[in-house]
Amino acid sequence: MSDFISPFWGYYVTVLVVLSLLFCAFILSQNMTKKQSGPVELHGHVWDEDLQEWNNPLPRWWMYLFWITIFFAIGYFLLFPGFGSFGGKFGWSAQGQYVAERAKADKAFDEKFSRFAPMDVKAVAADPEAREMGKRLFLTYCQQCHGSDAKGAKGFPNLTDSDWVWGGEPEKIVETVTNGRQAAMPAWSQLGGDSIKDVANYVRSLSGLAHDSIRAQRGKDVFAQNCVACHGSEGKGNQAMGALNLTDKVWLYGSSEATIIETLSKGRNGRMPAFNELLGEKKIKLLAAYVYGLKDAEAVKPQ
Amino acid sequence: MQSQATYNYGVVRQFAVMTVVWGIVGMLVGVIIAAQLVWPELNFAEWFHFGRLRPLHTNAVIFAFGGCALFATSYYVVQRTCHTTLFAPALASFTFWGWQLVIVLAAITLPLGITSGKEYAELEWPIDILITLVWVSYAVVFFGTVAKRKTSHIYVANWFYGGFILTVALLHVVNSAEVPVSLFKSYSAYAGVQDAMVQWWYGHNAVGFFLTAGFLGMMYYFVPKQAGRPVYSYRLSVVHFWALIFTYMWAGPHHLHYTALPDWTQSLGMAFSLILLAPSWGGMINGVMTLSGAWHKLRDDPILKFLVTSLAFYGMSTFEGPMMSIKTVNALSHYTDWTIGHVHSGALGWVAMVSIGSIYYLLPKLWGRSEMYSTPLITLHFWVSTIGVVLYIASMWVAGVMQGLMWRATNADGTLTYAFVESVKASYPFWQIRLLGGILFLAGMFIMFYNMVRTISGQKAYNAPVLAPAAAH
Repeated sequence: MSDFISPFWGYYVTVLVVLSLLFCAFILSQNMTKKQSGPVELHGHVWDEDLQEWNNPLPRWWMYLFWITIFFAIGYFLLFPGFGSFGGKFGWSAQGQYVAERAKADKAFDEKFSRFAPMDVKAVAADPEAREMGKRLFLTYCQQCHGSDAKGAKGFPNLTDSDWVWGGEPEKIVETVTNGRQAAMPAWSQLGGDSIKDVANYVRSLSGLAHDSIRAQRGKDVFAQNCVACHGSEGKGNQAMGALNLTDKVWLYGSSEATIIETLSKGRNGRMPAFNELLGEKKIKLLAAYVYGLKDAEAVKPQ
Repeated sequence: MQSQATYNYGVVRQFAVMTVVWGIVGMLVGVIIAAQLVWPELNFAEWFHFGRLRPLHTNAVIFAFGGCALFATSYYVVQRTCHTTLFAPALASFTFWGWQLVIVLAAITLPLGITSGKEYAELEWPIDILITLVWVSYAVVFFGTVAKRKTSHIYVANWFYGGFILTVALLHVVNSAEVPVSLFKSYSAYAGVQDAMVQWWYGHNAVGFFLTAGFLGMMYYFVPKQAGRPVYSYRLSVVHFWALIFTYMWAGPHHLHYTALPDWTQSLGMAFSLILLAPSWGGMINGVMTLSGAWHKLRDDPILKFLVTSLAFYGMSTFEGPMMSIKTVNALSHYTDWTIGHVHSGALGWVAMVSIGSIYYLLPKLWGRSEMYSTPLITLHFWVSTIGVVLYIASMWVAGVMQGLMWRATNADGTLTYAFVESVKASYPFWQIRLLGGILFLAGMFIMFYNMVRTISGQKAYNAPVLAPAAAH
């Protein structure tokens, strides 16, 4: 039991709990009088003209209810944690229950996921049952950010198109889900507001969006000096470091001049959490296969 | 025998009127956020967003509406049952203006997003200090009046009011301990799981003392008065008072089941919540049994209808509370709308109804009339609000249990059967019913407001003469 920094506190809590239970028992035991024969009397005090009190005894059923709950509490504290550092006869703990339930679930469900362990991700993606299982995993763990249709949202990539931030090959998707990803677009506020606006216009020009051509021309030079290391000389990005392709029509944070200026001034730190510990290899394979399959499902559809 | 002095009804009148006004404001915000759940488009501005308005709703109904009702009735009750005028009337006046200032500041800062982030204690540190000043003044006025009473014994209603005032002072000061970093921002003095525990020690006792003990004080005066019958059992009131105020202190951890809170703390919270059932019911029994021999009065006395129905809801929600604190039940109910339903069966059914009944009793007396302008309108208010509460809590029960079951449903491969958003979608019909229930309850408050205005208009404020206490038998 690591809840206490010294054994004293365990005793302290125990004593307080015992005293509290005794207090409840005490006030009850002092008031167990039964109903007297004859009419009930008034208590004898009068307030505000007519406020008085009968001298009725405690209702018996109410008293028994009170006693039952007190004895229940004593019994409960003997079996479960409650009396300070005494953990209770059952040795129960929330953490223990979690570990046991988790182990039981892993055992019960493992077989369903193990079937796909020897197959490669592309083969799993083609298996209809695996796709259904992957979809259910996705709706449990991924839809909070990527949406139940996997189309993402601002800052959360769309997984149904053919544009990949960190790579769309099966092994890359497995890697992304397993270890997570941390993007690091630095803030460029040191360039100054005017230069940032120039770069924003240049970036918009890369995908053919409306822009101020003079600013874009100036922005090109700034881009060449500061941005090409990650986004490449043509602005096509680099999946190895999650640097976005700026020449396509896909925008993670938004394509408006104002949004691009915000991105440049404050930077962006997109984070995909690691799921290795939570899900394990077998479930991640099903998830990755589902996500990989989304692209194919989209590709066959006419745009 | 009557002396020349009159009771100080001025501050009671002020708080009584503001109870109705803040009731309308707080419940209107409640209706707005209920509508925002049905039509998310209504979250059209940052300051009008659900996340900003929800704390405004809770603060307005608990502290503005409930608080004003407690101030009004306690100032009235303590004077009349102590047979003396209020101690330090200037300080009593300060509590009125100070409390209104707190409410107005809350109404400005919360929509602006200025918050300390602690549920039911969101107000930032300068307002916390103002609350402390008002509350200490309240204690001085109340206990000063009790101290100069002309009776030998202190009437039971005053024990409950007194317990509520003392404990709320303690709760507020301990939980609001914070480190200011600017005029509008502070951080809690506690960290991590200790902070959570202090917060819910506060949070649950805000329910236990602000919303229970205080309103039981109200019940112990207005129920026997309106029924014209003596309180059922002095002994029961003693036992359940001490058991209630003692046991409530332990119940907070049941808000943190299955969290990082240590297991032993969670167990204590659960077991003492179960022990709390009998002490809570003691108040209901004492109130309802007080009516024995006077049940016929219920037929045509809508004020008594309000008071008795409030006790029924009190009994129901104080049964439901201990049940929900059982860990197994809590595993299903926690984070669902069931909790919202439970809170409102207490807040609307118990707190609002006992306050409404008491204010209807008070208003004519404060303006020298024998009764409200319209008794049929009180009856109408009663039925509209009762139907409103029933729609509200029934829809939330169904929605809550459904959400709990959907969230835990799993497929054969261990994945979740429903995505979260599916439970949101399934909740829509129940949120619509809840909205309707809220609208009905709010409509009832407008009826009350009209009745109040007609009762007061053209009337002169009236201060009853201080009565000499009856000689003890």
